[in-house]
Amino acid sequence: MLILGIESSCDDMAAAVVEDGEIILSNVVSSQDEIHKKYGGIVPELASRRHIETVIPVVEEALVQAGHAIADIDAIGVTQGPGLVGSILVGLSFAKAVAYAMDIPFVGVNHIEAHPMAVFLEERVQGFKGSRVQEKNLQSAIHNPQFPFIALVVSGGHTSLLKFNDFGDYCIIGQTRDDAAGEAFDKVAKLLGLGYPGGAVIDKLAKEGNPSAINFTRPYMQDTLDFSFSGLKTAVLNWIKGQEGSSSMMGNAHPATANLAASFQEAVVDTLVFKSLLACKKSSINNLVISGGVACNSRLRHKLSEAAESEGINLFIPHPKLCTDNGATVAAAAYHKLRNGISSDISLNAYASL
Amino acid sequence: MKTETFYTNSPEETKELGRRVGSSLKRGDVVALLGNLGSGKTVFVQGIAEGLGIKGHVRSPSFTIVNEYHGNIPLYHIDLYRLGNPDELTAIGIEDYFYTDGVTVIEWAETALDLLPPKYILIKFSCTDENIRRIEILSDG
Repeated sequence: MLILGIESSCDDMAAAVVEDGEIILSNVVSSQDEIHKKYGGIVPELASRRHIETVIPVVEEALVQAGHAIADIDAIGVTQGPGLVGSILVGLSFAKAVAYAMDIPFVGVNHIEAHPMAVFLEERVQGFKGSRVQEKNLQSAIHNPQFPFIALVVSGGHTSLLKFNDFGDYCIIGQTRDDAAGEAFDKVAKLLGLGYPGGAVIDKLAKEGNPSAINFTRPYMQDTLDFSFSGLKTAVLNWIKGQEGSSSMMGNAHPATANLAASFQEAVVDTLVFKSLLACKKSSINNLVISGGVACNSRLRHKLSEAAESEGINLFIPHPKLCTDNGATVAAAAYHKLRNGISSDISLNAYASL
Repeated sequence: MKTETFYTNSPEETKELGRRVGSSLKRGDVVALLGNLGSGKTVFVQGIAEGLGIKGHVRSPSFTIVNEYHGNIPLYHIDLYRLGNPDELTAIGIEDYFYTDGVTVIEWAETALDLLPPKYILIKFSCTDENIRRIEILSDG
């Protein structure tokens, strides 16, 4: 079954063609970071306006790369929420129109549910059949994760822990009570005058710094699987204010900035690792999947791999390009819904929040 | 214009002040919040939500721009942190929220002040110390 997946919940318009829920024939993302850099963040109106311009070229490119015509597509999967409603509506309306015109089914997919599907995907691009996209480690390098598994979805807009019992059968067991982890990266990068996107900039700068230089309190909140990153952001702000001539420490030329970036990142990473392992322990589950933009963070990948190994947990981390928003994960989630007889009606609406 | 100034010594106290403000809000009220990162705005809005009888956690809307909650009175929690200029405010339909049956609270409201209805509550946040927040509430009475 060939599924076209469309994702437009935030700053990327993305489309992919996926066969039988696991083989990626194409995966196109129109990254808009160039536009967003100058605003220090995502600009929703700009995003949705750009989406209108990019949706058709991105989908056409996905079809060309897959070597298929639109008439070959059996069904469409599309992100329905959560995210920026104006942006979601562009992808959703396009999907509805194409499904109606081609007389094929379409199904709305929850963005959070789609992210962990990255671990079930493999690539077949230009004759190359890649191995399942994973990093080192893991006992499970060529196998899919077994159900049930715990999934950490961590990005600029979300920090959630989910328990998956099966495809399409999941519940949220923890989430942030204030800021998302990626949002904390973005805001701290802005405080430090490092630019956007904050996650990549801090990851890079932190490699030159000492993660133990400043001991920021880890927001562990032992009794819950929820997260809170707002206080950490304020702690960074207070630390900067406490420095002599604090205004001059903006920018990555200042020697203290690398230590600060590394120490802040370490506090976020430690918290994400702690909560992920706690979720596994509380649920008596030893399969862990992480995805979302922050799952690209090199320190998180490293420390979580170490921790999982010592705890005997099978860790599944997708390739970075499948961690960030993409259409392939949406297509994979849609495939399993359609197989279970679930499709959407033309009246389907977008939603901003879970 | 009536001005009241409060000093809070912890996030809990900031939230409690928000709760008191929230329980006095009426349908159609618009609250504009000004203040830097880490000055207590989101914590204050969490208090407002409790005051409005909203259950569950109020998260930062920096990413989604608008979060909606439904308690005794609906709460529209808007965050303009990521927006570039006032033109984009009208493009996201910000004015639609001011004339509904709910309470609208806007963080990073600096760019939106010209678009607000004639009567609104303005709350300014600043840090006087690591833990102390100065919260100034300006209203028509």
